[in-house]
Amino acid sequence: MRTISFSEATLEAMREEMRRDPTVFVYGEDIVRQGGIFGQFKGLPDEFGDRIRDTPISETAIVGAALGAALTGTRPVADMHFADFIGVAFDELANQIAKNRYMFGGQANIPLVIRAPDGINNQAAAQHSQSVEGWIQNIPGLIIVTPSSPATAKGLLKSAIRQNDPVIYFEHKVLYPQKGPVPDGEYLTPLGKAEIRRPGKDVTIVAYSIMVQKCEEVAKQLETEGIDVEIIDLLTLKPFDRKTILESVKKTHRCVIAHEAVVIGGLGAEIAATIQSEAFYWLDAPIERVGAKNIPVPFSPVLEKYMAAQKEDIMHAVYRVLHKEG
Amino acid sequence: MSETKNPFPDLFDSLSVEEKMKMLETMIRIRTFETHVEELFMNKKIFGFVHLYIGEEAIATGVMANLRVDDYITSTHRGHGHAIAKGANTSRMMAELFGRKTGYCKGKGGSMHIADFSIGMLGANGVVGGGFNIAVGAALSSQIKKTDQVAVCFFGDGASNRGTFHEALNLASIWKLPVLFVNENNQYASTTPVSYAVSAQHVADRAKGYGIEGYTVDGNNVTEVYDAANYLVGRAREGKGPALLECLTYRVKGHFVGDPERYRTREEVKKMIDERDPIKLYKNKLLEEGLTNEAGIAKLYDQAELEIQAAIDFAEASPFPDPQEALDDLFSFSPMEFPEVQQ
Repeated sequence: MRTISFSEATLEAMREEMRRDPTVFVYGEDIVRQGGIFGQFKGLPDEFGDRIRDTPISETAIVGAALGAALTGTRPVADMHFADFIGVAFDELANQIAKNRYMFGGQANIPLVIRAPDGINNQAAAQHSQSVEGWIQNIPGLIIVTPSSPATAKGLLKSAIRQNDPVIYFEHKVLYPQKGPVPDGEYLTPLGKAEIRRPGKDVTIVAYSIMVQKCEEVAKQLETEGIDVEIIDLLTLKPFDRKTILESVKKTHRCVIAHEAVVIGGLGAEIAATIQSEAFYWLDAPIERVGAKNIPVPFSPVLEKYMAAQKEDIMHAVYRVLHKEG
Repeated sequence: MSETKNPFPDLFDSLSVEEKMKMLETMIRIRTFETHVEELFMNKKIFGFVHLYIGEEAIATGVMANLRVDDYITSTHRGHGHAIAKGANTSRMMAELFGRKTGYCKGKGGSMHIADFSIGMLGANGVVGGGFNIAVGAALSSQIKKTDQVAVCFFGDGASNRGTFHEALNLASIWKLPVLFVNENNQYASTTPVSYAVSAQHVADRAKGYGIEGYTVDGNNVTEVYDAANYLVGRAREGKGPALLECLTYRVKGHFVGDPERYRTREEVKKMIDERDPIKLYKNKLLEEGLTNEAGIAKLYDQAELEIQAAIDFAEASPFPDPQEALDDLFSFSPMEFPEVQQ
């Protein structure tokens, strides 16, 4: 299979969907003149003209206009530049987009995608490093997805664009240059479906985005110690694939949930609550959550590393659920 | 009313008698609807927050007379008048206010959330200033689809202080979007007077900052509103970009039904009702011009009364939704299509 980068995979997804459907268009800050801060929009302006646009620095207009456009026969893809800036447009997301279909009695579909590059990368500090799915998961009416590889980047973005509902697509900035196999031609990753990255029998690790590869590295290390880890790549964070999680936990009887976002109030809490209510009697140990400390992302590399969960943290969590000293 | 002369051609006079009478009819239908809604609220037949459009009918009427059914509007928390003027069904509106299954939103929206997407009414909005960018998006969609549909955003004087106003007008201007921003300056943002809260002399003055045209008209004079909207909607439709139209009006009722109105005097309100009521002004104009008579006007009131009475009967006879219908309509798919996931 051919190998392309994560950012090329998203670019392919955009190009294919824009060719397939003339009502798909994309806009955001620095995407035409710069080609996107990670090159993820390069070449689209030549082919699609005014269906790809640079916007002023106007996040409320970017997100709010996506709703108006989606309600009136187009399929907008709005780029947030950095996921942190969703904060600027929170009313548009939480009170307008998320509620529109419901509060108007299901009159209109809302086919829009908000692309949001997130995560810790290059000491970007507190306002350019966050994983903010926790802000959003509490809002009814939004689908949240996040790829972990070039293939899922392409497949999820294409599915998100075709979905008749608002989808928030988080793309981790560290992943953009990474290369991986992506199938040729039409390739869709279904929404609402997790993938088992690595089958195992001793411990289930539920992870997503950048954490999937960290967990894979940890699993390799643990394999040498005779510990067989199963890794679930969530892909859709809301609504998440409870069936795959519960089946895995009922098999391994132990679970670690790992995300880059702050642990408190994070997605891990929701997943853990689901497991304890649906599979409590299958558990042989308390569920462990791994994530960031309850502070903003600090600047200095030393502080940043301390704040975020590292591979060792995942490993120690696995030891704990196995009742082993790490 | 404005200090500089407006450039709008005097088209109103060239309208047919039927067209002119239709506008009076719309204003009377809105007034009748709202008067009943006020009473129904007082009698605890309808609940929640209700914001009445009484005294502001000329604006929705004069603007909407220039729109096609496939044009778009965004509305406000004070949205009943916009919905009626755009062509919404008053029975389904009333049923929504009663929280019934037959309402526009199946009882999920209420007064602040009435929409009819089939006629381009993209929704009232419970957030002040929430409509600007939705209208901008609808106008952007027209541009992407290469149609000549226009979007009109209705908003109050209070909303002109929101950041969304700034971002929407700037974006609409640089992309020359077919959108008209119609300000209903009714002098109060809830309790706060416009003289206190708006830094500009006129909301329309703010247009200069965005490089678009801004005009102020008498919003209680439907002929002025009609002519201004005709000109500005026409320009937007021709691809000449957005504009800001400030319509000076007055909210003769409280901010919401039940508002104790401690921020103004009874005399101030009475003077406006006596001297500036838009229906009275327009009725007198049509009578003076001999286009109708008292009997013709009485007939419009009778028809409106029958229509709204029928709407109330429809609402009262309609069932409430089943409680579990609360779970419907969040997404385009039903939970059954995602069997492995939890809602």
